[in-house]
Amino acid sequence: MNCRSEVLEVSVEGRQVEEAMLAVLHTVLLHRSTGKFHYKKEGTYSIGTVGTQDVDCDFIDFTYVRVSSEELDRALRKVVGEFKDALRNSGGDGLGQMSLEFYQKKKSRWPFSDECIPWEVWTVKVHVVALATEQERQICREKVGEKLCEKIINIVEVMNRHEYLPKMPTQSEVDNVFDTGLRDVQPYLYKISFQITDALGTSVTTTVRRLIKDTLAL
Amino acid sequence: METDLNSQDRKDLDKFIKFFALKTVQVIVQARLGEKICTRSSSSPTGSDWFNLAIKDIPEVTHEAKKALAGQLPAVGRSMCVEISLKTSEGDSMELEIWCLEMNEKCDKEIKVSYTVYNRLSLLLKSLLAITRVTPAYRLSRKQGHEYVILYRIYFGEVQLNGLGEGFQTVRVGTVGTPVGTITLSCAYRINLAFMSTRQFERTPPIMGIIIDHFVDRPYPSSSPMHPCNYRTTGEDTGVTYPSVEDSQEVCTTSFSTSPPSQCVFTVTKAHFQTPTPVVTDTLRVPMAGLAFSHQPAALGVGSADLAYPVVFAAGLNTTQPHQLMVPGKEGGVPLAPNQPAQGAQADQERVATYTPSDAAHCAATPSSSEDTETVSNSSEGRASPHDVLETIFARKVGAFVNKPINQVTLTSLDIPFAMFAPKNLELEDVDPMVNPPDSPGTGSPLQGSLHSEGSSGGSSGHTHDDFVMVDFKPAFSKDDILPMDLGTFYREFQNPPQLSSLSIDIGAQSMAEDLDSLPEKLAVHEKNVREFDAFVETLQ
Repeated sequence: MNCRSEVLEVSVEGRQVEEAMLAVLHTVLLHRSTGKFHYKKEGTYSIGTVGTQDVDCDFIDFTYVRVSSEELDRALRKVVGEFKDALRNSGGDGLGQMSLEFYQKKKSRWPFSDECIPWEVWTVKVHVVALATEQERQICREKVGEKLCEKIINIVEVMNRHEYLPKMPTQSEVDNVFDTGLRDVQPYLYKISFQITDALGTSVTTTVRRLIKDTLAL
Repeated sequence: METDLNSQDRKDLDKFIKFFALKTVQVIVQARLGEKICTRSSSSPTGSDWFNLAIKDIPEVTHEAKKALAGQLPAVGRSMCVEISLKTSEGDSMELEIWCLEMNEKCDKEIKVSYTVYNRLSLLLKSLLAITRVTPAYRLSRKQGHEYVILYRIYFGEVQLNGLGEGFQTVRVGTVGTPVGTITLSCAYRINLAFMSTRQFERTPPIMGIIIDHFVDRPYPSSSPMHPCNYRTTGEDTGVTYPSVEDSQEVCTTSFSTSPPSQCVFTVTKAHFQTPTPVVTDTLRVPMAGLAFSHQPAALGVGSADLAYPVVFAAGLNTTQPHQLMVPGKEGGVPLAPNQPAQGAQADQERVATYTPSDAAHCAATPSSSEDTETVSNSSEGRASPHDVLETIFARKVGAFVNKPINQVTLTSLDIPFAMFAPKNLELEDVDPMVNPPDSPGTGSPLQGSLHSEGSSGGSSGHTHDDFVMVDFKPAFSKDDILPMDLGTFYREFQNPPQLSSLSIDIGAQSMAEDLDSLPEKLAVHEKNVREFDAFVETLQ
């Protein structure tokens, strides 16, 4: 099966990075989360309820909707915070990207570990700009708000193509498809990673790290 | 080929579509209430949350939706539409969005109703949640209040997009194929919102005077006629000023440009008038700050004649509207309040010298006794003045510590309002027979000196009293009905501190010269004590 890949690009000011990333990631996860499954006899299951809440951005004229799950929000904020710090410390052009990858686990026989097969990857490329005057910042607030509106519309468009989604799993398989670790919602299995692009256009640190990790995992 | 749905599936599908329609309406209307929505996730299914989403059901909305549907379901040619419109307090209304739930003939026979269709409808509702925050009407609805409210109307049948103006845009939220047709949810929204604001403000006179304070809860009462300008009423009952401060309509500063130097200030000097004090006003360049306000809880109102229901009553939208210009009459009692239309004429407002020839004459006739005028900053206000004239001295600060000849400043600075009057008034001052100070000329010079320092501190001083119209000054964030001493009063009282003596040309120059002369002596003294200084420095390290 092919992995669906979507790329979004945003140009934001330094302090808008967090909120812009959270807005995009939460919107995607809103569509890719269900209520908790409760399996009953005979292979049937019932699904819990997903609540939503509006989040106003402080540095952008924008409001986004996220799933009402503090655990999920915390997890996202943590990784977005790391991304923001990495961007700031890189001292480069302020280019970076985050990837939200939805995958399925496929059990392999020993000694091989489980395979992670992505079926959808969302990449958000960020370009950080530095602004000089307050007026520019004010304009940036509005502009980025409008851009994010467009991104949300793009995301919704992709979501509603109703392309491949993993089959609803049986009880034994549910952990291969969904992240059942959260208390109140159940998103599809996902992982988030990020890269900082240096001036040469190559991503340095994280690629090396990932290579090492992958080698060791085997 | 058996393609028809079995009866159970058909029943399920109809139920799904019906509840989907009801939930769609709930999501749309709740998104336009003007407040943030928050619902909780629940891991155990409650059985009443359709599509596994926690969407509250507002009873009135459900009632209206059911009434509009009248037992029918969206079908080909019969769409369910939710119209979102805006209605101003003057009664103008404008359609902002039309949300359409349509059904077309394209069927997907293969799809499983109870599972796939249901989940896709759930996904579509999530998309709707996201999209409702993204159209322009959302931001408008978050700011609704006294000025306007957002209304909704549900109808069933053909979609009517005429009220959206030209160039409206459409966004498709999503589609779900079913065995009986494809459900499509989309939104057509107006983009030409500018139309609304000009239309609104052209038709209605500004009812609010100047509102710089964006956060006042109540709508501002219509401007009262004349009000004294901001002056320090020494010797007069200070209590008098406070009520007038509340609804006074003056502004003391003109355009503060973002570039630091040019800043127009006027200081008011006070003297007693036999007749009521004239109002001195100035123009205010009030930016149309758009829609700023304070939140208040929403309430759903019910019942209006045309099936449109106000969605929120929240407080306090204040648009800053150009001020009312008041021109003092000769007797000081005649208010002239041309109401300026707001947005369109804003640029024209910037330097409106509203004076009448009669006032100019008045100005000339009034002995502009500069020595009698007491600047607000002047501490010696108890001084008796033969002519108790309320005057204003218009001082322009070109920039701190900049010494410029007065005339040069006035002539070159084109952006001082009433600049043309400033030098004239100086001339008046000179020729005025009453300029002679009560004290001897010798002691008169400090006064003159202070006046000059006033002028030379940066600019033209002039008696631009009667030629200016006073506009209300309401600083942002101030509540004027609680404490007598509010931010505005404080600002007015202390806005013109006395000039630093070192800033005046003569005195400044003198002291500079003195300083330079005394430098060698000082250096000698310091050199003598160099050991002490070194020891002191070491203690610091």
